[in-house]
Amino acid sequence: MNSENKLARKKRITQNIAFGIFTAISYAIVALLFVILAFIVVKGIGVISWEFITAMPTNGMTEGGIFPAIVGTLCLVLASIIFAFPVGVFAAIYMTEYVKDGWIKKVIKQMTNNLAGVPSIVFGLFGMSLFVNKLGFGDSILAGGLTLGLLVLPVVIRTTEESLKAVDATFRQASLGLGATKWQTTSKVVLPIAFPNIITGLILSIGRVSGETAPILFTVAAYFLPKLPSSIFDQAMALPYHLYVIATSGTNIEKSRAMAYGTALILIIIVLISNLLANALRKYYGKKVKMN
Amino acid sequence: MHKIESRNVNFFYGETQALHDISLSMREHTVTALIGPSGCGKSTFLRLLNRMNDLIDNTRMEGSILIDQNDIYQRNTNVDDLRKNVGMVFQKPNPFPKTIYENVAYGLRVNGIEDKNIIEERVVTSIEQVALWDEVKDKLKKSAFELSGGQQQRLCIARALAIQPSVLLMDEPTSALDPISTSKIEDLIHELKKQYTIVIVTHNMQQAARVSDNTAFFYMGKLIECDKTKTIFTKPAIQQTEDYITGRFG
Ligand SMILES: Nc1ncnc2c1ncn2[C@@H]1O[C@H](COP(=O)(O)OP(=O)(O)O)[C@@H](O)[C@H]1O
Ligand SMILES: [Mg+2]
Repeated sequence: MNSENKLARKKRITQNIAFGIFTAISYAIVALLFVILAFIVVKGIGVISWEFITAMPTNGMTEGGIFPAIVGTLCLVLASIIFAFPVGVFAAIYMTEYVKDGWIKKVIKQMTNNLAGVPSIVFGLFGMSLFVNKLGFGDSILAGGLTLGLLVLPVVIRTTEESLKAVDATFRQASLGLGATKWQTTSKVVLPIAFPNIITGLILSIGRVSGETAPILFTVAAYFLPKLPSSIFDQAMALPYHLYVIATSGTNIEKSRAMAYGTALILIIIVLISNLLANALRKYYGKKVKMN
Repeated sequence: MHKIESRNVNFFYGETQALHDISLSMREHTVTALIGPSGCGKSTFLRLLNRMNDLIDNTRMEGSILIDQNDIYQRNTNVDDLRKNVGMVFQKPNPFPKTIYENVAYGLRVNGIEDKNIIEERVVTSIEQVALWDEVKDKLKKSAFELSGGQQQRLCIARALAIQPSVLLMDEPTSALDPISTSKIEDLIHELKKQYTIVIVTHNMQQAARVSDNTAFFYMGKLIECDKTKTIFTKPAIQQTEDYITGRFG
């Protein structure tokens, strides 16, 4: 009786210690995140103004705004998504709904995972040699968008695959059992159910695309281009590269320090907004096709 | 004359044999209950009757299954027609992400029926058949997810009936439902057997006794015994069956 109590106490103490450690670690991580955010907000908030987000950079990028970089990043996000989303979703549909289990599927899966692990600078080099040179797009939004699209393709494929696999097999059986074709089943039953999760994947990849520097370095990014792109064959400025430029190699690094933090803040805000949007969309569609 | 007849059926998932030499036949307009402990192959057998197991990769079937005297595993079988003739209802209610009306109309639409009047007539008839009409007639345009679990399950039955099958397979159709919804479905089964041949998997002995004419007891992939439900529940021929029914194992 007594020894049993002792054992129970010992177990409880061990458990409490373990919980304590995990709790502390979790709080530390959140705190760290908060510190980073706060640091950038404090340093950057000063330069944020209407002019900052709507004006061209002036005076060797030490004054004025970052409007062309914001527009450039939005264009690149759009271009990459227009490419990566349909391709990725269809690839995932093909993989999960059509290809039979077997070694071919395993190989393709492994390749996709490997692709996700390739450093982004390698994508940049690849994009330069294929899109910029071989296909002759030159340094352009098209070349940069495609390169970024390739970069996020594995993410889109994987999240779509996971979302499709999460749809209970009996939905497919019920639809096929009513004489529907595989495509009818996929498009009318499986996809609508998986849609909220797929959307989340898409928007997370927007965050990824808007922050990447290496893939756009040799494919689209302009050092200084105080005008807006007029077609997909134009070069463009982009937030992450602009940040890099004014933080390391601008005409006057000290003078543009505050602008660098402001640029970082805008970048973070864009990512934040897209994540909030992802959540809102998922909630909205989740309600519409609630699984139970 | 048998409606459904399975002859010496073996079934394999990869190398694992899930069914051993199952021979079992069912008459038209009867209810056959498949009982047995979890994992004994009831669902696997059920899915063979409308070739749903075809969807699972790396499976193999031996023997033959006849429906209306036609071997459904023959090369020239039209699987679409087979599945239209053999409707299925699942353990968890699984309405499509559509309106109540469109759930029932789905089977008609995917089979190329476009005439609005025909669709409407069939949708209404099917919903009436499952005794759901009064509960949903004012919200046909609402999402099917707004219905209760029991209503959803009856809607799923209506969805299956809309394309006018002659056989209805039910895999533990009430295991996710409350007692009142369950008894509604059981009443429904009584009603439906006048028009359909029904095969129902259940792990609820009382349910098998209440709804079925014949009962087949499966154990570890083998058909141990199949007889009139009354006989199975009062004087089974085999000890194992008795042990299971009286709750001594399983
Ligand atoms: N998709 C599958 N792949 C591999 N094995 C399966 C699959 N479905 C069922 N099995 C196996 O086949 C056996 C019978 O399963 P099942 O027919 O679902 O039994 P029951 O419906 O009687 O509970 C079990 O051993 C189960 O693990
Ligand atoms: Mg089962």
